[in-house]
Amino acid sequence: MNDMLLWLNDPQNWTGTRVTPGIVEQASAHLAYTAIALSIAAVIAFPLGLVLGHTGRASWLVSVANGLRALPTVGLLILLYVMVSPLISGRGNAVYLVPTEIALVLLALPAILANTYAGVRNVSPAVRDAARGMGMTGPQVLFRVELPNALPLVFSGLRSAALQVIATATIAAYVGLGGLGRYVYDGLASRDFGQMAGGAVLVAALALLVDLALSLLQRATVSRGVSGRFSRRSTRDSRSAAVTVVRPQPPRGGPDGGRSTRQATTPAAALTPSGDHPSG
Amino acid sequence: MIRFDAVSKAYPDGTVAVDELSLTAPSGQITVLVGPSGCGKTTSLRMVNRMVEPTSGTITIDDRDVTSVSATDLRRGIGYVIQHAGLFPHRTVVDNVATVPMLTGTGRRQARHRAIELMELVGLPASFADRYPAQLSGGQQQRVGVARALASDPPVMLMDEPFSAVDPVVRDQLQQEFLRLQGELGKTILFVTHDIDEAIRLGDRVAVLAVGGRLAQVATPADLLATPADPFVAGFVGRDRGYRALGFISAEVAVATEPTVTLGSPVARAHDVAVDDWVLVVDDGELPQGWLHLRAHPDGGPGPAPGDTVTPGLLNLGGTLSPIGGTLREALDAALSSPSGRGVVVDESGRLVGSVRAGTVLEHLHAATADPSGQVRP
Repeated sequence: MNDMLLWLNDPQNWTGTRVTPGIVEQASAHLAYTAIALSIAAVIAFPLGLVLGHTGRASWLVSVANGLRALPTVGLLILLYVMVSPLISGRGNAVYLVPTEIALVLLALPAILANTYAGVRNVSPAVRDAARGMGMTGPQVLFRVELPNALPLVFSGLRSAALQVIATATIAAYVGLGGLGRYVYDGLASRDFGQMAGGAVLVAALALLVDLALSLLQRATVSRGVSGRFSRRSTRDSRSAAVTVVRPQPPRGGPDGGRSTRQATTPAAALTPSGDHPSG
Repeated sequence: MIRFDAVSKAYPDGTVAVDELSLTAPSGQITVLVGPSGCGKTTSLRMVNRMVEPTSGTITIDDRDVTSVSATDLRRGIGYVIQHAGLFPHRTVVDNVATVPMLTGTGRRQARHRAIELMELVGLPASFADRYPAQLSGGQQQRVGVARALASDPPVMLMDEPFSAVDPVVRDQLQQEFLRLQGELGKTILFVTHDIDEAIRLGDRVAVLAVGGRLAQVATPADLLATPADPFVAGFVGRDRGYRALGFISAEVAVATEPTVTLGSPVARAHDVAVDDWVLVVDDGELPQGWLHLRAHPDGGPGPAPGDTVTPGLLNLGGTLSPIGGTLREALDAALSSPSGRGVVVDESGRLVGSVRAGTVLEHLHAATADPSGQVRP
């Protein structure tokens, strides 16, 4: 613990030296691996999830993608490295980067796909029926109704994918790339546990930061009607307005104002008008 | 006018939802499709806006085949209201109402302006415009649903059990206002319900469908109650139909003068005017408040002492009010539900006119049925 704090407090570890990159640089690399993997996964899984959810067809694809979650990522990385590296020639670290990113994309895909699919499927059938019945075309139903209502689940998929990918991107260091995993593997190898624990804490901190950023984005894009974050003022208005609607027209009823009708009941109104009440 | 011409819908597994349905829903009227679950009433409705495509037969709206335009254009010209309103949760009330005008290219400002007008038409204050559906009660949501369907001013409206998901009190108000609205707008409405009471109350014509999509009878509500075409219809319209039919006979029943005391006056005065120990209590504005019994307290125990004053706590609130010029059903209900046996009759503003006894109503009924011209639809 102490070792870890010492390591984290050493300014040189943050800025780096001429031969070793610092924490800032490694964190950027880590973020870059994450961003690439998430982008590729989102480009594949998000449209696919929308289409599968909208049509309700080929839902087995979602189950297959969920099966991907069972793959052990490190084992997969080694397998991919063995398979892919002979195909890549030239200098640079593409020979390490490509297998790493493939492994990370496969990790991120299921969460994004399953959540996007579920989000669209979960839109109430009445809402979908109303949208079609009012004359929206298929794409209009998808983008103007289903997607806005699916956004909370879409974001939860993206956020859980982001957390998993950030945590797992440490394996980039396993095949010789950078990223915060560098400290974990190097610390382990040199029995420098302060460095190793420090690296792990940094990964966790980075994951929390990214999750925070995505949650802010979610707040900004999801309609309040869907998230249920209503301002207190408007809810109070709702009640008082509902009551004022009811008052003027005793005793023959009037606009209902919903549940507040019964609040407006007076002794005179208790002798209800007879006649056309549904009797059964 | 919506016309079904030998329309059938069969599913690949052999289920026949609608069987050779031929039916006309006249312009400017409410035609109600009613029947038990599985009778194909919703399927029939949804074939009009092509949410379901018929297997055979044609449906025309004002003599134009519904398949002659694209399904989306067709639907934009037809108002559509469904059971749980189906409001878009992510849009505010005003944007929900403005949905169809926005689809058809009306500018945002104009569409919203019109939406606010429509909200007022269906009894929602403009202050609701920026609320979301989740902030509304079921009855309010359904009003928004109706406003949304009216937004493009379609001549034809399809309504699929629009009032069945709200509580009976709110449903009654919504039905009442729906009839008022229809009186103003005169739309051609096809209305689906499983509730025979709702069908009878709202329909200009009622079409009863039997399981398997067979049309059992089309008639006005009064005829349906008086002369069911077959045992199925007779069973479906139910046991209370004699009583319900009273709702179609207007009651020009002789109203007897009812002695009253006002709230706050001494009980001794009630003793002077009471009939069978019951006295009707009114307020200063002649609005009936309840019945006072001179020998028993409504919560049990002895009645008030002659020196007491008449307070609301002493009153029995039982008994419905019958409007003057209302139906026999209202008059009879008022008499039967009144603790004194005397039904309270009021004028349009709720002021006391007099009282009527069940026996008097039945005598009037006897006279009315002996003379068929007495059968007037309200």
